[in-house]
Amino acid sequence: MRAIDPRSIAGKAPIPERHAPLVVVGAGVAGVAAAIAAARAGLEVMLVDEHPVDNDMMAMDVPLCFGQRMDGSVRNRALMLERVVETNPGLADAYEAGVDVQLGTYVWGAFVNGPTAQELSTPMLGLADDRRSWLVGYDRLVVAAGARDVLLGFPGWERAGVLGASGAAALLGRYRALAARRLVVLGSGALGLHTAALALEHGVDVAAVVEVGARVRGDASLAKALTERGVAFRTGHTILEARGRTGEIESVALVAVDGDGQPVAGRETDIACDAVCWAIGLAPSVELLHLVGAQLSFDASIGGWVPEVDQRMRTSVPTVFAAGDCAGFHDGRLATPGVAQAQGRLAGLAAVESLGAHARTDGAPRLEAPAASPPQETMPHAYWRVWLDSLVAAGGWEVNVCQCEEVTRRELVETKPPRYLKWDSSQMSARNLATLLRDGPVNQDQIKRLTRAGMGPCQSRRCREQVGLLLARAASTTIDRIALPTFRPPIRPLPLSVLWPGDEPAAMRDEWVSWFGIPTQFSPHWTAGMAIDEPTAHARLIMSDE
Amino acid sequence: MMAPMATTRGAAVVIVGGGVTGLSAGWWLARAGVDVLVLDKGIVGWEASGRNGGGATHVYSPFGLEEQRLWPQMDELLGYPTEYQPHRIGVALTEGQLALARRWAEIGEMRGFRWESLDRRQVKELVPIVGDNAIGGTYLHFGGHANPQRTVQAYAWALQDLGGRILQHTAVTGLVERGGRVTDVATADGTFGADAVVIAAGPQTGAFAEMLGVWLPLAPARVEMIATEPIPLMRVGGVAGKGLYGRQTLRGNLVYGGGPHEWINVPDMTTPEHANTPLVRNLARRLAELFPGAAHVRLIRSWSGLVENTPDGLPVIERLAAPDNVVIATMSSVGFGLSPAVGRAVSELVQHGRCLFADLSALALGRFADTPRDWRERAGWIATPPAVAASAGGDAGGDD
Repeated sequence: MRAIDPRSIAGKAPIPERHAPLVVVGAGVAGVAAAIAAARAGLEVMLVDEHPVDNDMMAMDVPLCFGQRMDGSVRNRALMLERVVETNPGLADAYEAGVDVQLGTYVWGAFVNGPTAQELSTPMLGLADDRRSWLVGYDRLVVAAGARDVLLGFPGWERAGVLGASGAAALLGRYRALAARRLVVLGSGALGLHTAALALEHGVDVAAVVEVGARVRGDASLAKALTERGVAFRTGHTILEARGRTGEIESVALVAVDGDGQPVAGRETDIACDAVCWAIGLAPSVELLHLVGAQLSFDASIGGWVPEVDQRMRTSVPTVFAAGDCAGFHDGRLATPGVAQAQGRLAGLAAVESLGAHARTDGAPRLEAPAASPPQETMPHAYWRVWLDSLVAAGGWEVNVCQCEEVTRRELVETKPPRYLKWDSSQMSARNLATLLRDGPVNQDQIKRLTRAGMGPCQSRRCREQVGLLLARAASTTIDRIALPTFRPPIRPLPLSVLWPGDEPAAMRDEWVSWFGIPTQFSPHWTAGMAIDEPTAHARLIMSDE
Repeated sequence: MMAPMATTRGAAVVIVGGGVTGLSAGWWLARAGVDVLVLDKGIVGWEASGRNGGGATHVYSPFGLEEQRLWPQMDELLGYPTEYQPHRIGVALTEGQLALARRWAEIGEMRGFRWESLDRRQVKELVPIVGDNAIGGTYLHFGGHANPQRTVQAYAWALQDLGGRILQHTAVTGLVERGGRVTDVATADGTFGADAVVIAAGPQTGAFAEMLGVWLPLAPARVEMIATEPIPLMRVGGVAGKGLYGRQTLRGNLVYGGGPHEWINVPDMTTPEHANTPLVRNLARRLAELFPGAAHVRLIRSWSGLVENTPDGLPVIERLAAPDNVVIATMSSVGFGLSPAVGRAVSELVQHGRCLFADLSALALGRFADTPRDWRERAGWIATPPAVAASAGGDAGGDD
């Protein structure tokens, strides 16, 4: 019989509270399509979506950048739940297809066995609502987690009222809770124009659409329609500063930029507004895919780091599929939601078939030809870089790149220790990114540990892309050549009291010690034989000299 | 590249492993004017050295007094911040925990350090986030903690400032012996000549020892930690109890670990995934139990690290008899806090053949001469057999 180390994890591995043959994460177009397709094929499906997100989470810009522009109604959970259901007709279809739909449920972790962890009986997800957390095992997982907002900093962007396009869209459409009356949209591609149109549709004024480039990037007819509704287009401009009372935005100052992205002195414009919305692109939400170990690769044309998938949307992990914006997003997708839907359906059916179940379908679905790769000038990272360069030229280096940890652009690229350490030494002054790069390529995880950029409660949702872009710029490289910084669980910042496991095995409690529980490990070297055995539930502190 | 390696191949001392032990040893050697080269398979301090609790309170150890003497000077000696903070508070929720905390304090007292007993009210005053469940505690006027990530980088930079060299992303693949000495260290990027070699490769230390025909019993394991969002700074950040170790950082985050470990197989030379498991929930629960006043605080990160243990949990720090120019250093999972002292000891073993400030006889490899080869099986310190899960994939780890 094999000996067991009672202080090890052996025999204490968590048992998931539930097990679902298929879990679909994200109830957007792709997720709903996946869930319905699989359920109609006879599979038991759990569809999880975090909306409605609670107010505290929204206030941290998680999962989208809401910019503190939620009105009081978001505190009314029942009302928000009602709105989430009523603005997403797919949910009713999913219910009807027999899908177990769990709304207001965060997916904060994914746990799988690997070289350094082998105790899990099954792959599992960590789920939570506002009160408690639980674990759900799965046979197959479809990740349809959508895309995140991409924000860039400018002086005053810490003020309430700086949103991302997804956050704005959620507050306008899904929640009907946007507490802003006059919006400035940054970015004139499809996402920017779409955001402006959505705002107008919901009775929010659009003071201007600002574009750093010389021309409007999006569809000309849509731009014309917006112009006719009084929207001013400010091409060849960047944002200089957001101004207003303490903590609020009351106006933004724009400045014209020349062909090199340099601000033109004397050509500043003030625009009254109470919100500024970044709509220059979105980043695929690959956190969960990263946690399950799916191979990710950088594809500039679809938003950067995306999962490698086969024709049936299967990732490199055979049990995991990806569909919708998290598998790649570009502006062109806004006009063709059919792509996400087709991907979702494919993923759902592929999951069914991979379980050996017979898919009762009306023939294999055909994936609509995805919109052709956008032309080079619309590659999002190159476009973001143009914006960033203009912001640096106009706003300088003392602008915070990370709001949570208050790290400036300069501190980031000079890899300075955080200001609260009040550290000064000649040695430290001689260190910077260039000296660090002599020892190896740019590693964002290393730099974030040194500078703390991206280490705050928003879990780098506001700064991830600009940190990468700034480091690439400083290292004279491009962001695709820098390794993806890691995502760590929990991928939603949840209170200790929520993560608290109510289902803890007794052995976990009884045998818990702080370190390995080796009695000789901490015994005083000068007193032979005096060992310390940390007390457990059944044993008091044992000292062998007693 | 500006790396001086273009002109110099090899060094007087080549150190295998850029963890906290190897870096500190390299720094001490560089301080003594020795030409030193540190080789690491990845980035310095990327494994357990940079992802631990940061505790610096190990007075029980033969290195304990030197640890206590050195830490308050480390910022100045290195020229870079370590975030070292002195003193520790032990919080007890049960009589058993109180007895343990007192025992720790008494061990310090035996070494001449001062401590005080804290009653319920005093604990609450010092640590406002404890609850009514705290029955008392200890205040140690010794010990402390530092930021592991910042400290490993400080060692690395200080070593370079003194002329030492570090080659990252350079995995050692072999040790070349000639005439009873290791003369060269082989890597994928060629060999590096050496007058002396230090092996401080954490969980892989045993594998390197084996290349030299030396059996070093080591069992690697995974341990996990969690970090919360920042909360207001407490007067002393070094607070622990209830089976948790850790600290409040100078930024205000609560960073804690503890609980069950998972024994694993010896990792290969690739950088492992730093996988977390649902254990993060159990850690969150204990942190909320230890600090009910922080139960509402949000967890924002977790991570894991690999550490190795000898059968008795004590380090092996030894200059081998044969080959006689090799020092082996494993700290048996307790290396960060002791690193200022251990690095000095290793540098003295390299230079003088013995440690000048401490008696290391208790840490000699010879104590395992009679340890049976299947000691891991006998102790149950072996990897869990891969879980039986019919169709479950989960075969790919993260690429952290």
